[in-house]
Amino acid sequence: MRARVLIRPKAGILDPQGVAVERALPALGFGGVGNVHVGRLVELDVEDASQLDDMCRKLLANPLIEDYEIQTVEPAAAS
Amino acid sequence: MKLGVVTFPGTCDDVDARLAVAKVAEPVALWHGDSDLHGVDGVVIPGGFSYGDYLRAGAIARFSPVMESVIAFARAGGPVLGICNGFQILCEAGLLPGALLPNVKLRFVCRQVDVEVQTVATPFTATCEVGQRLSIPAKHTTGCFFGDVPREQVVLRYAEGHNFNGSQDDVAGVVNEQGNVMGLMPHPEHAVDLLTGGSADGLKLFEGMARVAVA
Repeated sequence: MRARVLIRPKAGILDPQGVAVERALPALGFGGVGNVHVGRLVELDVEDASQLDDMCRKLLANPLIEDYEIQTVEPAAAS
Repeated sequence: MKLGVVTFPGTCDDVDARLAVAKVAEPVALWHGDSDLHGVDGVVIPGGFSYGDYLRAGAIARFSPVMESVIAFARAGGPVLGICNGFQILCEAGLLPGALLPNVKLRFVCRQVDVEVQTVATPFTATCEVGQRLSIPAKHTTGCFFGDVPREQVVLRYAEGHNFNGSQDDVAGVVNEQGNVMGLMPHPEHAVDLLTGGSADGLKLFEGMARVAVA
């Protein structure tokens, strides 16, 4: 199974990357942009999707500072 | 008395850490892939970019064979000092509270900083006085401390005007509840000789560590 894990800074956690992007966009002429947050995307093929949550808590995300969201996409990508 | 210094792929301050340790004890090089701690009485996890800082600083190193042994050693009460990347690894390993976020201005910063000793009730600061200022170099991109830490576990705070990375409550260094594991972002191993370090204040932490390791 193909899985996609979205990892983002928890609400309220300092996100200087998001702030930097939010400031850069108006400089390029894009107005009306707010609440920008920058996170990570991990894509992986897994045999047992029930392990994904454990993977996230132990390695892929740091639950103290990051939220994660697991999406599964069928089928596994051709290697 | 032997103090181990761990080297991961990407570690760059292990040589300075061993030179610093050599002033107070016999340094022993420990390798990330070797779970044998070679009978050391304490462990220093030095700075650098273990495993390329991939995923998150310290996230991969935390699962290396040597760290499994270091975690067991720390849980048994052995003294462990994590510096910079070592601090990040100890947080990821759950041995220290909190986490390190990117610096508030997102820049790599390399400068001398003053930190103030908050408590001397830890082995590492037993050679200091409360309120004493230590001048130690800091150099990192991911050093903004975040986490709720009981006051008694905060060992070092950046002096006024020296908190360049945005750390919560100016926290520069913390210990675990038992007091035998310490992490800090500045680099005491670079400040053990007046000729090169700007001060020799960093030596105090190693002296304190060596003292408890003997006991």
